[in-house]
Amino acid sequence: MSADVTQSTHGHEHGEAEEHEGHASVKFYWMIGGILAILTAMEVAAFYMDLGAVEAPFLLTLSAAKFALVVMFFMHLKFDSKIFTGVFMAGLVLAAFMVTALVVLYHVVPAYR
Amino acid sequence: MAEATAAAHADEHHYTSTGLDSWKVGFWTFIGSECLFFASLISTYMVYKGSSVQGPYPPEILNIPLTTFSTFVLLMSSLAMVLALDGVQRGDRKLSMIWLAGVIVLGSIFLGCQVYEFNEFVHHGLTIQQNLFGSSFFVLTGFHGAHVTVGVIWMTTLFILAARGKLAPSDALKVEIAGLYWHFVDIVWIAIFVLVYLIQ
Repeated sequence: MSADVTQSTHGHEHGEAEEHEGHASVKFYWMIGGILAILTAMEVAAFYMDLGAVEAPFLLTLSAAKFALVVMFFMHLKFDSKIFTGVFMAGLVLAAFMVTALVVLYHVVPAYR
Repeated sequence: MAEATAAAHADEHHYTSTGLDSWKVGFWTFIGSECLFFASLISTYMVYKGSSVQGPYPPEILNIPLTTFSTFVLLMSSLAMVLALDGVQRGDRKLSMIWLAGVIVLGSIFLGCQVYEFNEFVHHGLTIQQNLFGSSFFVLTGFHGAHVTVGVIWMTTLFILAARGKLAPSDALKVEIAGLYWHFVDIVWIAIFVLVYLIQ
């Protein structure tokens, strides 16, 4: 995996097209696509197996892994400027905080339930 | 000559003081704001979860096999998108057209699944006015579907540009920004699939 990325991210140094600098290889993208499909299959399997108390955390973990793979490799945040990561994370962290706060407020705090 | 070319290149890409392209900085900012938009819709769904006083309720009506298929289709459309960008960057017109067509077809299949799902729900008595589940579900997934529709239209314009030979490697940024939008729509669905469909 890392070899594919390293080869392409340093493509400029090796004389490849400048446009490919900072992006992964086609083979690597197919591998990420395969991993995303496998993670989705695992999610659905977990749903049908009814894992009880661990089901929700397990599903959220798999979902977070899929989210991270798409953002890091398909959206190229891993290879792009950290400024883009900062801009995106600012919105994402605020969004996650808002969802968590409202869910806790309406489903956990007794006065609002 | 070289200075003139560099100036034209800089003008075309609108670099900011950070050295980053202003279109890309602006689009990432837009994506950050879209995170908050969808978070507000997801929050509404989560807050009202289990509060409907009349059916149909989520476990009775949600079609997991169909949604699993449409989720897989959308994930694969993201793969097609990144391969289309790779094709444009390589200057391979045929490859970029094939993968852009793939994104359009897969996006349209996803939309078709959503239209079928909405139609089935209405036939089973779940409308936007029926209960809190119906209201929050249709608003959340409807806005997502609207975003996918915009994405499909955007990809179609890029496909037409590629077919006319107007999508050169120097235009890769246009495809990259369209790709950012498409992948964002995909990650929103990753969250919706788990929070709405699988964690009931």
